[in-house]
Amino acid sequence: MNALRRTPCFGLHRRLGARMVPFAGFSLPVQYESIVAEHHAVRERAGLFDVSHMGQIHLRGPGALPSLERLVSCPVATLPPGRVRYGLLCHESGGILDDVTVYRLAEDAFFLCVNAANVEKDYRWVVRHAAGDTEVRDRSAGTGLLALQGPASAAILERVTDLPVAGLRRFRFLEGAVAGAPALLSRTGYTGSDGFEIYLAAEHTATCFERLLAAGAGHGLRPAGLGARDTLRLEAALPLYGHELTDETTPLDARLERFVKLEAGGFLGAEALRRRQAEGPARLLVGFVLDGRGVARAGHALEREGRAVGSVTSGAPSPTLGKSIGLGYVSRELAVPGTRLEANIRERGVPVHVVETPFIDAQGRKAAPGRA
Amino acid sequence: MAEYDIPEGLRYTAEDEWVRVEGDRLTVGVTDYAQQQLGDVVFVELPDVGSRVEKGRPFGVIESVKAVSDLYAPVSGEVVALNAELADHPERVNESCYEAGWMIAIGGAEQSETEGLLDAAAYRRHVEERSKE
Repeated sequence: MNALRRTPCFGLHRRLGARMVPFAGFSLPVQYESIVAEHHAVRERAGLFDVSHMGQIHLRGPGALPSLERLVSCPVATLPPGRVRYGLLCHESGGILDDVTVYRLAEDAFFLCVNAANVEKDYRWVVRHAAGDTEVRDRSAGTGLLALQGPASAAILERVTDLPVAGLRRFRFLEGAVAGAPALLSRTGYTGSDGFEIYLAAEHTATCFERLLAAGAGHGLRPAGLGARDTLRLEAALPLYGHELTDETTPLDARLERFVKLEAGGFLGAEALRRRQAEGPARLLVGFVLDGRGVARAGHALEREGRAVGSVTSGAPSPTLGKSIGLGYVSRELAVPGTRLEANIRERGVPVHVVETPFIDAQGRKAAPGRA
Repeated sequence: MAEYDIPEGLRYTAEDEWVRVEGDRLTVGVTDYAQQQLGDVVFVELPDVGSRVEKGRPFGVIESVKAVSDLYAPVSGEVVALNAELADHPERVNESCYEAGWMIAIGGAEQSETEGLLDAAAYRRHVEERSKE
């Protein structure tokens, strides 16, 4: 058992009273005071997350663009510098190696933000499939990442940067000073609420976290942990690697086809995905709401008339909806809103029904009736 | 180091339940340490009145946003009452673990089992041992 790694904010989390848990080889805060309170803070005001465990793999040089066109499922040639796109790294089988965001820094300079648990696997994969004239560097260890999420995020950021925060659109980024340190500021996140992600050198990360907390004191900002990050992303039906996405799951199963250039694509896995598209995936990812008490958790079976028809990949009480929600895979013919199933929770069959996702709307509010 | 409320006059188990002994009726809940460790409680599953519980065996489930834990019977006996309010308000366990957040009452327990429960000082030592880890 290796010792857990620490992010640059480890000491700060301890001082703030966080409960630390192991996650992807790091010791990270799961909560400071309450997952539910931190969740509501993000939906209604703002929350600040240390997500420095995430990895960053940089590609630079004349081969960077052709390498990424081969490596990721989304189009990269049409991505202008200053913008971000979500995509998948796929095996040739179509199974998902990781889900990533692609940042284009310049014509021939990019980086991938990748899941902490997959950094080494992704790095090896990128090096193996990179075209000539491509410099590939794993800069995860030297890079800190903070996520400031929630409707008050822009107002808080404006207190610590001169960058034109308010005018920055979704999936775009700027480079400049944030809290006195050189940073890359991106209007992205993993919560389903408006917000920003701030990449900066590891040594400036804890100071930036503290400066943001101070700047946000009058805006209802709270530090927020992995627990709230999970319930927030679940309400937004954003998939989590290791749960909804695995080496054995394809983007089509996970209904991520809008991030896959199926027709034009010569990316790794494209051929297998075109075949799967033609056949139709045997199972599909759905959102569901519990009609009884309890929480359907990852691994619980989804059943119909006592027969297993799928399984839960994530589940939690939704603080925004006041209901217990989940994601899971079911046979394709059952992946229809309104379908009634049962979640097998400790041998207790709890009724659930399939709903449209996301569970919340773009403003982080309860979605229209018929959804949840 | 977090502070934990461990009232004098209650008895405790190593599995972080508290027991209030009133004659042969034993009221059971989880301790402040347990509710702080669990975080926001979202679901409590309790046995029906009239069912039997066995000392050291799970009698129910407590679920927080992140985790599921078994509840262990401090003594053997019969469930004579349960806190029905927890079905709709599991957060009572966080707000008031020793009062409004009580879970079940057990009747007909052997006195020797009751006497074997930890007192507040012994339970505090048990909590402090684990907090050092």
